[in-house]
Amino acid sequence: MSTAITHEEEHHEDLTGWRRWVFATNHKDIGTMYLWFSFAMFLLGGAFALVIRAELFVPGLQLVEPDFFNQMTTMHGLIMVFGAVMPATVGMANWMVPLMIGAPDMALPRMNNWSFWILPFAFSLLVSTFFMEGGAPAFGWTFYAPLSTTFAPSTTDFFIFGVHLMGFSSIMGSINIIATILNLRAPGMTLMKLPLFVWTWLITAFLLIAVMPVLAGAVTMMLMDRNFGTSFFDAAGGGDPVLFQHVFWFFGHPEVYIMILPAFGIVSQIIPTFARKPLFGYASMVYAVAAIAFLSFIVWAHHMFAVGMPVAGELYFMYATTLIAIPTGVKVFNWVATMWRGAMTFETPMLFAIAFVVLFTIGGLSGLMLGVAPADKQYHDTYFVVAHFHYVLVTGAVFALMAGTYYWLPKWTGYMYDERLGKIHFWISTISVNVLFFPMHFSGLAGMPRRIPDYAVQFADWNFLSSVGGFVFGFSQLLFFYIVIKAIRGGEPATNRVWEGAEGLEWTLSSPPPHHSFTVPPEVR
Amino acid sequence: MSVIKQCLVSHTLLLITMLVAPFSVLAEESKFNMPRGVTEISEEVYDIHMLVFYICCVIGIAVFAVMFYSLLKHRKSVGAVPSQFHDNTAVEIIWTLVPTLILVLIAVPATKTLLKIEVDREADMSIKVTGWQWKWQYEYLDEDISFFSNLSEASNQARQRASGIDPSTVENYLLDVDNPVVIPVNTRVRFLVTSADVIHSWWVPALGWKQDAIPGFINTAWTEVKEPGIYRGQCAELCGKDHGYMPVVLEAKSQADYAEWVKEQQRKQEEAMLASGRDWSMDELMSRGEKIYTANCAACHQANGEGIGMFPALKGSPVATQGSVEEHTKLVLNGLNAMPAFGAQLNDADIAAIVTYERNAWGNDVGDMIQPSAVKALR
Ligand SMILES: [Cu+2]
Repeated sequence: MSTAITHEEEHHEDLTGWRRWVFATNHKDIGTMYLWFSFAMFLLGGAFALVIRAELFVPGLQLVEPDFFNQMTTMHGLIMVFGAVMPATVGMANWMVPLMIGAPDMALPRMNNWSFWILPFAFSLLVSTFFMEGGAPAFGWTFYAPLSTTFAPSTTDFFIFGVHLMGFSSIMGSINIIATILNLRAPGMTLMKLPLFVWTWLITAFLLIAVMPVLAGAVTMMLMDRNFGTSFFDAAGGGDPVLFQHVFWFFGHPEVYIMILPAFGIVSQIIPTFARKPLFGYASMVYAVAAIAFLSFIVWAHHMFAVGMPVAGELYFMYATTLIAIPTGVKVFNWVATMWRGAMTFETPMLFAIAFVVLFTIGGLSGLMLGVAPADKQYHDTYFVVAHFHYVLVTGAVFALMAGTYYWLPKWTGYMYDERLGKIHFWISTISVNVLFFPMHFSGLAGMPRRIPDYAVQFADWNFLSSVGGFVFGFSQLLFFYIVIKAIRGGEPATNRVWEGAEGLEWTLSSPPPHHSFTVPPEVR
Repeated sequence: MSVIKQCLVSHTLLLITMLVAPFSVLAEESKFNMPRGVTEISEEVYDIHMLVFYICCVIGIAVFAVMFYSLLKHRKSVGAVPSQFHDNTAVEIIWTLVPTLILVLIAVPATKTLLKIEVDREADMSIKVTGWQWKWQYEYLDEDISFFSNLSEASNQARQRASGIDPSTVENYLLDVDNPVVIPVNTRVRFLVTSADVIHSWWVPALGWKQDAIPGFINTAWTEVKEPGIYRGQCAELCGKDHGYMPVVLEAKSQADYAEWVKEQQRKQEEAMLASGRDWSMDELMSRGEKIYTANCAACHQANGEGIGMFPALKGSPVATQGSVEEHTKLVLNGLNAMPAFGAQLNDADIAAIVTYERNAWGNDVGDMIQPSAVKALR
């Protein structure tokens, strides 16, 4: 056994230049690639969002044709969900899970390589549709049939294969994370001693394995309908367009928790560190995540209160949906209780984590409003919904990812980032993101539907504000890019512990950690 | 650009107002909030919306107040010493139970209203609403009235890219149609909502609900409007290229005015029948053809007949210039792939006018034409 490890080590350290990345099996290298890939996708999806906000600056159609506008909203959603947020959380899992559980690497390093390297191909397929006749997908990231089947251009088949590939990648990544957590924990690291980030990812990985095949099934049925004469979703052939929505949201609702649970995990690591106090209610945090994950499977049709469900169905989905508020509330209360009577300092990761708690809660409360079925008959498909899911996904998931980046960057690079610039980035982002998304609550309530390239003049004020906020928020992310690059290139050397209040195995290793993270399993008491 | 400068100033002010405006102002001002609407249902929906909104405000303010107190007092820079507590079962039980009770508090009125919305009692009259890419069709099942409702011509011109028309000079920009759906007040009207192509969603905020229009399904919804007036809404489900350009305009009239309107519609319908029975001249067909083409075909094939993206050009196309007029007519009547079957939407005279127009416009000069009677024979 020990000779095998020595051999592996030599083999890896030989790899230099492009070989180090293309043949990467080291969890840290793969994690780095995931993170850079997701950041590139974040900028691309953000560029699409800026096209949207530029067109919506003032009423009237100034810049793009309606069909291209629809391509922008669709690709913005697809790229941000599948290209930015999901790979970023996988990247953090790759980097941090082995460090946190005391493992030398991920359990299945070669599969790890494969699950990353599928992604560039998947997104090349997807983005290549821009350069084809018919253009990129223009039917929304939810791609409802029959708009995405009978009525979609031929490029849709590229989208379908792109989604298949993303699914392979996610499932393999999840298997790897589960195998690592269940098999490679250091002696004494029982499940109920796992850091919260590891717990959230363990549960997320099971969600992914459960629902990515459902998504694959949905796009495969689309493929059949489009090319092989079936009628799964075609009413003219006896099919059922609403079936598509049931299948899609059976995937889609757990999907939003796939994006937010790792964010919960990151924030649950950061707040205790900077409050210098253990996480309040560890066990209830774990149970709350498990409860949210379970509920996520049985609430999908709350996205469909306008399709004409039987009233019994609407009642059930309303009750089940509002139940999610309970475990989510427990998490928020626990974070606040962790801060309570701590000794807080406010470095950039903590600032982002606090903003997360506040702004995610706002998104959660508007989510509760949306869950109330009779009111949702008004809210559905308006900017109120757009405001809601951007609060949970941008100021929720993305803010947590930024918090995690600042928190672990010294561990990853061996250098402290520029704290002053980090704080500037935080304040510009937090103010502008609210100018961007808060007015959307109002435009939505006042009656503005989502996914429209032009609007009635009474929505002009809110849209103008949103666009101003959007451009400031978008460009302030270039500062984030600069801060990260600066930290990679050097700076004040980071200690092993990095943060005064940091607890856990990852902080016992050097910064940056050695090639094989833990060659000797640490003892956990 | 001056528009943008002017906006910047007024919007900075607006932002400040927005941040300091008390919630009561938000509740009353329709620019901020959901309209209360003009039906019993819409008022109940509004009340539930406000109830849940206020509950959310109270929860949010309570949680954030505790948190910000902690952020101020429990910081290292003011000499706080971290306590090490990390568990308290009693507290955990309380903050699981209290939210549960709040949810029950919300669920009671929500259930009541939902049951009221969904109960399918007898209605006084029924209107079938069909979504098409990108217009609405209304069929009055008891009156033999049927018509299409398109975006108004003024909005349609202004909404073209770089049209040079300032949207604020267009009355009800993007929320106006040529033929609104008309209903009598204080009458229980049932809507049977369906679609001829993709999924749309029929939405008038003043009624308090939206209902998806789904091909192969007929969804029912109903309303009873209290006050005469014109109520505006939009298609709410992404339905392709011109999703943003298929508004819903509902006009509620007094019973007497409604009866008048019904008579007028029936007279128009009869006139159209007569028109389809006679022979038309080339000029008549061409001028009518241009109008009908603009309303029904130009969204995809473009006003200049050159097509766009996946929608083919008609200018110089084999169907319009080389094929027989009968084949061309059949294609328009029966549709092809993403193109709908216009036979279901337009009468014989309109189809004849479109086909003739397409064969003789934009430099297509086949020179032949088709009469409404010939279209009828091809159906
Ligand atoms: Cu529509």
